[in-house]
Parts: sequence; C-alpha cells; structure tokens
Amino acid sequence: MSNTEPRPEDLMGLSDGEYDTILDIMGRTPNFTELGIFSVMWSEHCSYKSSKKWLKTLPIDGPQVIQGPGENAGVVDIGDGQAAIFKIESHNHPSFIEPYQGAATGVGGILRDVFTMGARPVANLNALRFGSPDHPKTRHLVGGVVAGVGGYGNCIGVPTVGGEVNFDPSYNGNILVNAMTVGIASTDKIFYSAAAGVGLPVVYVGSKTGRDGIHGATMASAEFADDADEKRPTVQVGDPFTEKLLLEACLELMATDAIVAIQDMGAAGLTSSSVEMASKGDVGIELDIDRVPQRETGMSAYEIMLSESQERMLMVLHPGREDMARKIFEKWELDFAVIGVTNDSGHLTLLEGGETSADIPVPPLVAAAPEYDRPWTPTPPRPVINATEIDAPDDLGDVLTALIGGPELCSRRWVWEQYDHMVMGDTVVRPGGDAALVRVHGTGKGLAMATDCSPRYVFANPIEGGRQAVAEAWRNVTAVGATPLAVTNNLNFGNPERPEIMGQLVGSVQGMGEACEALDCPVVSGNVSLYNETNGSGILPTPVIGCVGVMADVAKAVTSEFKAVGETIFVIGETQGWLGCSLYQRHMTGDVAGAPPPVNLEAERKNGDLVRHLIADGVLTACHDVSDGGLAVAITEMAMASEASEKGAEIGAEINISPDIATHGWAFGEDQGRYVVTSSAPEAVSAAAAAAGVPARAIGMTVAATLTLPSTRPISVAELKALNERWLPDYMAAG
Amino acid sequence: MPAAVIVFPGSNCDRDVAVALEAASGRPPAMVWHQESALPPSDLIVVPGGFSYGDYLRSGAMAAHSPIMRAVTARANAGTPVLGICNGFQILAEAGLLPGILMRNASLKFVCRDVDLRVERADTVFTSAYTQGEVLRVPVAHHDGNYFADPDTLQRLQDGGQIAFRYCDAGGNVTAAANPNGSIENIAGIVNAAGNVLGMMPHPERLADPLLGGTDGAPMFTALAEAIAA
Repeated sequence: MSNTEPRPEDLMGLSDGEYDTILDIMGRTPNFTELGIFSVMWSEHCSYKSSKKWLKTLPIDGPQVIQGPGENAGVVDIGDGQAAIFKIESHNHPSFIEPYQGAATGVGGILRDVFTMGARPVANLNALRFGSPDHPKTRHLVGGVVAGVGGYGNCIGVPTVGGEVNFDPSYNGNILVNAMTVGIASTDKIFYSAAAGVGLPVVYVGSKTGRDGIHGATMASAEFADDADEKRPTVQVGDPFTEKLLLEACLELMATDAIVAIQDMGAAGLTSSSVEMASKGDVGIELDIDRVPQRETGMSAYEIMLSESQERMLMVLHPGREDMARKIFEKWELDFAVIGVTNDSGHLTLLEGGETSADIPVPPLVAAAPEYDRPWTPTPPRPVINATEIDAPDDLGDVLTALIGGPELCSRRWVWEQYDHMVMGDTVVRPGGDAALVRVHGTGKGLAMATDCSPRYVFANPIEGGRQAVAEAWRNVTAVGATPLAVTNNLNFGNPERPEIMGQLVGSVQGMGEACEALDCPVVSGNVSLYNETNGSGILPTPVIGCVGVMADVAKAVTSEFKAVGETIFVIGETQGWLGCSLYQRHMTGDVAGAPPPVNLEAERKNGDLVRHLIADGVLTACHDVSDGGLAVAITEMAMASEASEKGAEIGAEINISPDIATHGWAFGEDQGRYVVTSSAPEAVSAAAAAAGVPARAIGMTVAATLTLPSTRPISVAELKALNERWLPDYMAAG
Repeated sequence: MPAAVIVFPGSNCDRDVAVALEAASGRPPAMVWHQESALPPSDLIVVPGGFSYGDYLRSGAMAAHSPIMRAVTARANAGTPVLGICNGFQILAEAGLLPGILMRNASLKFVCRDVDLRVERADTVFTSAYTQGEVLRVPVAHHDGNYFADPDTLQRLQDGGQIAFRYCDAGGNVTAAANPNGSIENIAGIVNAAGNVLGMMPHPERLADPLLGGTDGAPMFTALAEAIAA
C-alpha cells in the first residue's frame, strides 16, 4: 500500500486491489467524491472488467460497419447515404426492484444512446425474462415491466415492434429487461462522443439533476440478497415526455453545425459522460458543479456526479454557438446550462463554490480500469439424446395443444397490444411474426429486426447456445426476406467470480463469434449484465442477440401466416428429430437434458440464402422459422396467424408425409437452420433448392379450417387459436 | 389552401397525419407550433395524436389551454372543419369544442390494435366518402379512450345525429366484445352540432397505405382534400 492513511470503511464496491491502484494514480487518498467516481467508472457495468478480455474476440468489422462497439451505439451502412444505428442494453436489476420505472428508464436510456448519435429512433424491441409463473412475484413483475416498456415508448412515439417474453424459475430473483432501439441517420450526420479541442464550452441539457439512481451502476454490478427491495432508491424515474422534447431539441440542434461531441448521461450519469468525452477527445474537462441544473437543494458534488437522473445530455459545442443552441432548448422548455470547459490538463476537475472539490487524471482513470482474466471452467459436454430415448405420446395433438396453450409458446398478444407498434406510420410487419419490418421513412426499403436467445441451450452447451442465438436472430430477419447486416448483444449472466458462470460467458462469446463470422453479421454494439444472482443462485445464461437487416423493397416482404388454401408446404433444411433440450422433452419428462441441437453454420447460411432468394423472386407466400417446439409448432403458428376468411374459416394444413424418423421427433425436434414455407409454385421451390443443394421437402398442403399432422386427428384452427390466445390474459387476470 | 396540423410538445402523430394529408391532396400541410396565436390560412385544421404535455394532469387538459387553441376555437366556431384524432379528440373535448370526456380505458391498459368501426354519419365533410353503415378497419392506440357523456348529453348526441363512428364487429354489429375501451354506447367518434368538428379515438391515418395493412382510413383524407380544394 502506497499510503499510510486508513482505508475508508466503505470502498463502494471496489476491491482492496482496485483501491491500491487508485492510491497509486492519485498519489494521495481520494476524497469521497473522487472515490465515488472511481467506483462507478470501475464498476462491472461501466468497465466490463470481467468480460472485456472475451468481448475483444468478437468479429466487429465488415464493409457495412461504420462504427463498431465503443460508442453509444453501433452504426451500419444501409445504402443511399443512410445508416442504421442500434444497440441493446439491460435494465435488469432496477426492473426487479421497481418494474414499471426500471423498464421505462431502460427504454429511455437506450433511446438516448441512439439519438445521441444523430439518429431518429424508428423502432424499439426488447427481450424479457421472468421467473416461474407460479412464483408469487412474477405476475406483478410482468404487469409492471410491460406497462413500463409501453408507457415510455408509447409516449415518446417510437413504435415497439418486437421482442421476446419467456418464463423460467432461474429468473425468480433476477428478471431480465433488455431494451433495444434502432434509429436511422444520414451517414454524413453521425455524432460521436470525443470532445476534441480545448477551450470549448461543455453544455448540460435536459432534465434537472436529482438524487435518484445514485450509484445505480454499482448496484447493477452486485448480486441481490433478500434485501433487494431496500434498493428502491437507486432506481431512476423516467419522464418520456421530457425525453420526447430532448429528442426533438437534439435533432434540431444536430441539423446545425454547433456540436463537437455529444454523450447521453446514462449509467453513472455526469461522471461517465464527462470522463468518456474527455478520454476520447484526449482533453481535460473542468465542471462547475454549482452550475448543474438541480431539482433539489443541498446536493453534494458526489450526489450530482453519481446521480442517474434521466433525460439528460452532455454536449461540447463550438465556441460562440451557445446562444443559438440555448434558443432551441428554450423553445422545447428544457434546461440548458454551460457547466464547464475543455482544457489541456488531462484531468477531470470539479469546482464547488469556486474551490476544487475533485481532481482526477482522466487517462489512468480510463486506461487503468481493471481488466480481469477470471478463472473459468468449461461447461461439461452432455450426451446426445436420441429421439427414441424419449417416450412417444399417446397423441401428438395433445402435446401440441399443451405446448401452444402454455406459458412457453402461448400468444404474446396481451403484451404487444400494450405497445404502440404502429406510430410513425412505417410498421410493415407488426409484432407476432418472425422479425418486425419497419420501412425507412419516405423510401421503399425497410429494416427487419428481431431479438433472440434460447437460454436452455446455452446452459447445456454455451458454445452451441451462443451460435444458436445468433443463428436464430439471423434466421428471423431472413424469414421476412431481409439481408441481415449486423447484431448487437446483451450478455446476461450470473456472478462472474464463479468459474462455471465465467465458463458460460466464455463459451457463449466463442459461439457467438463463430456464428457472426460465418454469417457475415458482425457485432457492432452491446452490453454486459453480470451478477444476475440472488442468494448465490444464478440465472440461466442469457446472451441475447438483436439482429438488424435491410430489405430493398418492403413490398416483397413475406409474413408467417398461411395465405390461401391449396398451396404446397415445404420444410427447408434438414430434419433429424433432435429432442435433447427441446420443449417436447421438458413436457414429457419434466427435464431439460442432453445436448442441445447443434448449429451447422454452413447449412444455416445456405438455407437462409435460398429462402431470401425465393422471397426476392416472389416464389413464397409465407415463411416462418422453425424454433421452439419444432415443425409441429411452426406449422401451427402459421395456421393460427392466418386471417379467418369471409366464410369464417382460418387456413390450416394437411401434412401428408410419413416421416422416416420417429414421428414425435419429426414433429417436435428442434433441429436448427430450418424454415417452413408455402408456395403456389412448388416446382420453382424444388428447382431452386436442388440447384442450391439445400434440402426442401414438400410435406403437405394448406387446407381450410383444420390442421392434420402425421398420425393425429384433425384439429380445428379456430380452437387452436383460442387456446393459444387464452393463457397469458387468463394468467394475468388471475392475480 | 393547405391544411394546418397543430403541433404540441409531446404530439407524436403529427408527421403520420401530415403524410396521409399530403398523399391525399398532393400538398404538405402547414405545421403550426402550439405557441403561435394565429393560424395560417387553411380550410382544414387537424389536431393530431400523441401525448401532449405527457398526458400529465389529464389527457389533453394542458394542450387545450395552449395559445393556438383560441384561434382553433374561433375558426371552428366559424365553420372551418377541425379533425381531432386520439389525443386530438381529447384536446378538443377538453377545449369544449366537443361534448363529453375520454376516461382511462376500462381495462386500465394501453391498447393498440385494429378495430372495426361502423360509419354512423356519412354526410359530414369528413365521412362523405363512406356510406352509412359501412364497416371500416382502423387501429386504435390509446390509454384514455373510454368516451363518457352524461345522459342528457348522450341524448342530445343521439337526437342530433352527432355520433360519427361506433366500435363494432366485422359484421357491423355493435357489441360489448367489439368495444376496446369501455366507451359508452361503443362511441368511437363524434361531431359537434354543426358537424364541422370531428373527434375520434381511432387513427385513420395509420391505415391509409396498402403496405401498412389496409387503406380504410384513406377515403377520409381524400374526401377532406376534395372538400378543401373545392
């Protein structure tokens, strides 16, 4: 130890070793404010100290990539001088403590990350994971999170177009709320956070700073115990109306040439925004704390620097442009204050009452941020389970109705009808299908987007599970006809200090990297959320992928519902009947066992490329990816999504093949890389598939009103639909 | 003359309705900021959807007191057509231009989905391209769309033929199951006594483009475009 003073009793989540490094950097004992700044900057949430070593291995380049990880969001070229800007971010810990505000501010935070870069947000998505439906808190959390996601997105007027909602007991004490925003900008009007230049005014805009969310980033970097509810004061409160004003004001200012750099105040608030701007611009920043607009009186520098009050931005302007900028923010009735200046000191200096109250050298604060090579143990391989090792049901139809009428596969309509998914007038493919498709305003092209992860696969085999998350998101974007461009990832794991958890992270990052490489879909942004544990029990590893693709002509998009009777139904891709880790296995045995379905990346790509070409050529009338529940569920979903005709009958299917494998494996196997498609030109599908060397098997025809699977009785589609729609509203109403 | 679209802080369907108006009329509408005190010359005023002032206090309550609303009221009283959609309906009701109020949905939840609407009045400037009894498919997206009026007011609305749209099923039957928000008598839209002010919760501008899943909303804008061009 380089200092003789006693260590503070409260190291604010820093380790003894980290504190020693701080003493070396400072050459003295840090004061309370300084220690707070180090603590949040070096928190897991802000520093990625456990994951950085592995994140660096992910592919991040490609001709389409304008900006990869490291900025507020990733930027991808979508042609015609336009860029898609997107990122996913977690708000897990706060949402468990206060579901409405936790989820709402998660949406608000990710929106700011995207419009900070000059983009108008055009779509929100999310990935939500809740505990067992039987757990006493689950209903309350589902209701609160969904209302919070909707409350924020609906008010600000950005459509919420897609996402996932799943249940598993491993999330009983740690729900996951991952929010993703996609925006569109001109490629020549993208804003970054580097505050290059000295003597430039540092400007604070947006809401006033209050005492909410202080040390939120630190809270998000630790496990929960039974006292989680006592952390409510660390949860921020969202105001989507103010964010709407901030969005419009920022975009108005961005249309001028006043901004040098801009950064939203998210996790760690004013601290991380000012440090990042200074660090990236290689300058120092002096902030006069007294000039920060404050909601409450008597706030200390520590509180102001660590507050996570929402709807705030920090900007560096060209000198002399302050008055013009101020007028814009005053028009939108937002606070605007010049609170500091850039200098060549390389330090972050805080003034309070004219006195220096904190003084930290920025380069070591950033560069010396800890990076750990935490010990990890690979997840032991599991045996492959043959379909014949799992009992066949008495009736496939009974399993099918149980699955589509249960929590895992029931309709999520109750959720997405609470989200305005149409505002902005460009939602071409609405929620409920594979990927959402949003037209680029004023053009005929569109962006397809989806979020995916199958945590039970990742838990069984992190490498395969990591590959599968990327592959499924890529497949969903492909299934509407779009070309996937890039992904954003949200790595949700338990405590990284446990080697088996670290092994899950290492394995899934490896798998993701392999899939991103093979599918030409680099990672351009992301977020890591660790310590999702309560009393030592971690969540299923949940590395969520958000994929964005582009489609030249949205009029050619294909949706998943059956369109007409008398069309040929094909399965694209190979069906082996893989039941290990399947929903069928869990339904029949009560257990998720064995190895998960492997992802053949070469086949994945070939199959997807064929589907995309068939859609572009107008050969397909419907397309749906095969995932949870296998072929039987995919076909059923296409039938249930079909519109009742004027005579009142939905469109069903008659599957008229005899599988050459165990029928229950054929029906419910979760083999990867597959799509169910329909066509009125079956020869064209077969010929194109043969030419591409892709398996495409005609399995039946669309018919009116009923669904008939191999060796089952016909089931009414209307009944299936009613069953599928019932579970979630009934569950929520039962509280 | 072009239409005028009023923009409040928190409006978020202003662009959507401007797109529908321009598609129908070939002319972009004038976008008028709420702090203006005068309206540009225009033969149609649209109060768009959104969350003016965050819907804080009460939906539409604060926007109804914006400076521009005095001008809107004067023009409405002089007979200029005024269309309020969703939050616009709430604002017109709060401003006293339309009777009744919009309460929180009976479900207490935001609801966004396509609904069927029965056209009850096809003889207004807004609905002249429809026929009476026609069923339209148009989306709703609101938290506070539960229309309520006291019995006397309701009687006046009925007697005066002021109910413009009702929520119905696909066959045009007005049923409780077809009511997305608990509105009294399944009321989805009303006109004032003179018939020149229409407030409706559903969003016709959202289904006025075949790529977005339907065009039942488009005739309203076509009819308005023709009326203001004449």
